[in-house]
Amino acid sequence: MTALPLISLRSVSRTYRTDGIAVTAVRNVSFDIAQGEIVAVMGPSGSGKSTLMNMIGLLDLPSEGAVHLEGANVAELSEDRRSSLRARSIGFVFQSYNLLARHNAIENVALPLVYCGVSRAERLARAERSLQAVGMLHRAHHFPRQLSGGEQQRVAIARALIASPLIVLADEPTGALDSRTGAEILALFAALNRTGQTIVMITHDPGIATQCRRTIRLHDGELVSDETVAELLPRRSVAS
Amino acid sequence: MTMLQGFQIALHALRLNPLRSFLTMLGIVIGVASIVTVFAIGSGAQLRLQEQIRSIGANVLMITPGAVYQGGVRLKDGSKLTMTEGDVQAILEQIPEIQAAAGSLAGTAQVIHEGKNWNTTINGTTTGHFMVRDWQLASGRYFSGAEESGAGKVVILGSTVARELFAPGDDPIGAQIRIMKVPLEVVGVLDRKGPAQDDVAFVPLSTAKLRFLGSASNINRDSVAYIIAKVAADGQMAGARAEIESLLRQRHRIPAGQEDDFKVQDPAAAMEAQQGAIRTVALLLVAIASVSLLVGGISIMNVMIVSVTERTREIGIRRALGGRMRDIRLQFLCEALVLCLLGGAIGVAGGITLSMTVARMAGWVTSIDGEAIGLALAFSIATGLIFGFYPAHKASRLSPIEALKTE
Repeated sequence: MTALPLISLRSVSRTYRTDGIAVTAVRNVSFDIAQGEIVAVMGPSGSGKSTLMNMIGLLDLPSEGAVHLEGANVAELSEDRRSSLRARSIGFVFQSYNLLARHNAIENVALPLVYCGVSRAERLARAERSLQAVGMLHRAHHFPRQLSGGEQQRVAIARALIASPLIVLADEPTGALDSRTGAEILALFAALNRTGQTIVMITHDPGIATQCRRTIRLHDGELVSDETVAELLPRRSVAS
Repeated sequence: MTMLQGFQIALHALRLNPLRSFLTMLGIVIGVASIVTVFAIGSGAQLRLQEQIRSIGANVLMITPGAVYQGGVRLKDGSKLTMTEGDVQAILEQIPEIQAAAGSLAGTAQVIHEGKNWNTTINGTTTGHFMVRDWQLASGRYFSGAEESGAGKVVILGSTVARELFAPGDDPIGAQIRIMKVPLEVVGVLDRKGPAQDDVAFVPLSTAKLRFLGSASNINRDSVAYIIAKVAADGQMAGARAEIESLLRQRHRIPAGQEDDFKVQDPAAAMEAQQGAIRTVALLLVAIASVSLLVGGISIMNVMIVSVTERTREIGIRRALGGRMRDIRLQFLCEALVLCLLGGAIGVAGGITLSMTVARMAGWVTSIDGEAIGLALAFSIATGLIFGFYPAHKASRLSPIEALKTE
């Protein structure tokens, strides 16, 4: 008997209705993500990647089908409960970093803990550890505008990690970075994954997908492939 | 998120835009300052009137000279002293509701004690005057019968005069003072009754006539300028007043149909009416000031709505990172509250400063009471809650997905 998947999507569809016209962004998608996996969700723009990420991130609910987080159907949770789960169980990393411009790095990193009822002193202590983990402690009191794109993204990753989430959801995390900085960020994600952190990365860049053991491909809202390419990993290939 | 965290976030956000925050709260500042000032001036005026009413004493009727005709010419009220000591006696003896009555003659003069002198009201009256006004002595005694009938050279000082003529710790009782070159012995000092009342020196009526006003042409031996009379109970005021009127008409031989040569007044009632008028004006002014508070509230709502729009992305980020709808609502409500409370506090300080300035420059009595300040602050909290709720609610209802997409 296998362990319960961390996230499980069952026949998930999401239809938007704007001005009376129904648009299906995600159609009948099913897959599981287990603890410790690093998964790339790939597809061209408009393929439903972001919609999928919003549903996994509890920001959106499926029109049909069900999303389960640790066995619980998220549609059955209250809005408040989903918000609390976002604070504790999901770590978001966005393409455009989404740091609060008027707060410095450490305050940004500590932000999710505000919504977990953690005291200020503990928030800051944990934010320091989190910044340390991404190598940004020396920039703790800098504001986002004083940081480079790569630094901002590291701060954003520190923020995503602070509540020790079940899963880190990264939406095009290297999309706004030059290739060298992007590679550094990807290396950071890979390192985090080696410590057991579950990561789902949404990207349209095949180069990034090759860094992940598993790639889920979407096209026009439908799942077209779900491959685990363990043999690509050098360590695995040596072992096998 | 707790209320405290809400306030911390709010203060952080408002500090980033100090000028805008200040301009936003200006309406509240002005509204609260006006309310506090109006209250201070209004209750100051009330206090002064109350003091006057108290100083007159309860259930007091005042009889002053009315119009008189001399050779067909109507003279101004009070131009002839129409009341006499006989009238006082008659009122006392014939009207059972009257407990005490006294006639007075008054003028101003310089009072001198050693090196000090002071200009004050000299009131010639009888001990009955103090009974009517419930005016107790701080020290000494009232006039004796012999002093009243024999133009005794004695004086009872109001507390202001005693303070001005005598050094602190100096006992005025037994001291000699001079009024218009007449040496008088201080036999009593009165209790304080209020700044306007205490500036007076009383001498026996006979003393005033004989020693100070002997040569005045419009005064006969028996005249008094006005009479004050104390009615036993509140409910008997109207009856006593009618009886005095009919008694005096009879004594002054005024035929039916002719105008009285005296007027009977109830000064406390007149002042109470005045007090009512002050209250009405003050309420009207508070109502006008409240409009400023309303405008202030609307300006806060306006700025908050703009702020919510500007910070849509921040709201999206906070929601994605686990902020519940109510956390977002609390955050923006706290901002509105902080604006209103700060504005209210500045307004209270401004109002106090303003009313103290008015008090100093216009010489008005102002009184700042905690009630007015509490009310003003309660108003500003209410304004914050009412006008902050809609923008906060709007912010909390934003879809996090849409909010994250905005630039």
